[in-house]
Amino acid sequence: MSTATSGTLNHVAWVLRGNPLTAVAAVGVALLCVLAAIGPWIVPYDPIASNVAIALQAPSAAHWAGTDQLGRDVFSRTVVAARLDLMIAASAVSLSFVVGAVIGSICGYVGGRLDRIVGRFVDVLMAFPLFVLAMAMVAALGNRVENIVIATAFINLPFYIRFARAEVNVRRNAGWVESARACGDSHLSVILRFLLPNILPAMAVQISLNLGWAVLNAAGLSFIGLGVQQPTPEWGIMVAEGARFISTGNWWLVACPGFALMVAVLFFNLLGDGLRDILDPRMRT
Amino acid sequence: MSLLATTLRRTGRRFVSSLPALFGVLVFTFLLMRVLPGDPAVFFASGANSGKEEIEMVRKQMGLDKPIPEQLFLYLKDVGSGKLGRSLTTGQPVVADIRQRLPASLELTFTALLIALLSAVPLGILAALRAGSFIDHAVRMFCVVGVCVPTFVSGLLLVYVFYYMFGIAPDPTGRLDVFTSAAPRVTGFLLIDFLIAGDMAGWLAAAKQLVLPALTMALFVLAPIARITRASMLAALGSDFVRTARSIGLPAWRIVVTYALRNAVLPVLTILGIVFSTMLGANVLVEKVFSWPGVASYALDALLASDYAPVQGFVLLMASIFVMVNLTVDILYSISDPRISIE
Repeated sequence: MSTATSGTLNHVAWVLRGNPLTAVAAVGVALLCVLAAIGPWIVPYDPIASNVAIALQAPSAAHWAGTDQLGRDVFSRTVVAARLDLMIAASAVSLSFVVGAVIGSICGYVGGRLDRIVGRFVDVLMAFPLFVLAMAMVAALGNRVENIVIATAFINLPFYIRFARAEVNVRRNAGWVESARACGDSHLSVILRFLLPNILPAMAVQISLNLGWAVLNAAGLSFIGLGVQQPTPEWGIMVAEGARFISTGNWWLVACPGFALMVAVLFFNLLGDGLRDILDPRMRT
Repeated sequence: MSLLATTLRRTGRRFVSSLPALFGVLVFTFLLMRVLPGDPAVFFASGANSGKEEIEMVRKQMGLDKPIPEQLFLYLKDVGSGKLGRSLTTGQPVVADIRQRLPASLELTFTALLIALLSAVPLGILAALRAGSFIDHAVRMFCVVGVCVPTFVSGLLLVYVFYYMFGIAPDPTGRLDVFTSAAPRVTGFLLIDFLIAGDMAGWLAAAKQLVLPALTMALFVLAPIARITRASMLAALGSDFVRTARSIGLPAWRIVVTYALRNAVLPVLTILGIVFSTMLGANVLVEKVFSWPGVASYALDALLASDYAPVQGFVLLMASIFVMVNLTVDILYSISDPRISIE
């Protein structure tokens, strides 16, 4: 056991030496999470308190990222928004992960007609441009934040189903599955206790890469006016508001939340790439 | 055993096999729009305080009083005969609206795809030829960062730099500035229409409006294309036939273009289908940023006004375009690699 652990640690250390960006990304993601947790207490200004007297001021020592059209501090709003954006992305991804992994593993394990029907359903989903589908779903379910989560989770679902199905399918006749069955485990227990844990590492990579994508997707939806409403600070809607003032040169309204979006997605993507190297050596590129 | 016949047969088979998915899309779109929470009959019966009878009348008129399966059947019949219903906000048939606006979206998307291909493929090739060099790292860095910037942010920043700071781009709204009169409509593609009319000043004006939105969209899809080109070029360059070609002293460009690139093009084609789908989605965002009068902004306006028909039509259109693109990719596949069509 101890040799196995030290082997893993050695492997992690080796990967990190080869690709130090992964460590940076891990620290970055951790920082983002901390920021999301304590953001509202550490920002210098109230994110929704307006003060028209100082509207549309360029970045300065007092207001690091300037102020918006209502005189609200853009930096404070950007920091506070981290919580909502990350919450949306994280809940959407965990929702589609849980549902997709369960459906996919059952399909991969059982096979047959169920597998074919679900496969057809997944094909139909994949025939939509995904952002358009998410847009239509939010409109259909109602213009609320929960529905952004549901829509984002839904358009991610096909990928998780396919992934889990394929991974379970190649393992279902493995020796250790047979021995679990021989020991009297039920089918359900085989799936939940053996197959799912076995495919988790591969799925972790998928999750991290997906998180960045979910952040972009949710911000895009609120940019076009779906989901998050005024005056809640959220990166997508902040960019949408700033868009009205870009032609008059007020770049900070767009650049600050835009930069936050970019950095968040970048960290998630880099972490995903690094995780793949650590967890799934077969897929090393 | 002609290549054309095999390709045609393969295309036909592929088309038939995509029909169930298309049908699923139809049903799914219908159901999606029918669970909309707002009652469109109330919405369109001249305001919230209109009488009960009036609302009932509008509902009957829209066929909303019938049971859902019957509505679905009627809907399928309408789609089959080319009717997508009437937009309640513009008062026009959806098909007419879409025909009016589709060229704007297609012009934008294809220009963006062209820009992306013309810059990403050479970048990918260059990175593969000089693997490990400064250029390679720069391209990779660019790819990693490129996928992280949302289109709506990069679009707005481009507007800031080229419109506000340098003043070389026109006012970023619409397809033409207010001083240019549009060319007589032939294809709906402004760049082509102006050429037909022989109006070069107009062509330039339209091209100027097009550059920023197209560039925005191109930036978004540059990364996947460049990345895949680099990877498949690396594989092709390391293969035996390239080594042979080198050893018999063929000119370098011939090795790269004829031998390596032709063999590396398949994965690039594969990803183009996915890229196109992403672009159809990104259209919504880019059209909003640049007030581009395309189908996506049309659907978005309808969506926010809970107007069923245009959204249904739009989603259907997007899905059909997507199916057709995949079909085209498939055909290009068998043309670029004859081995596939033999199977």
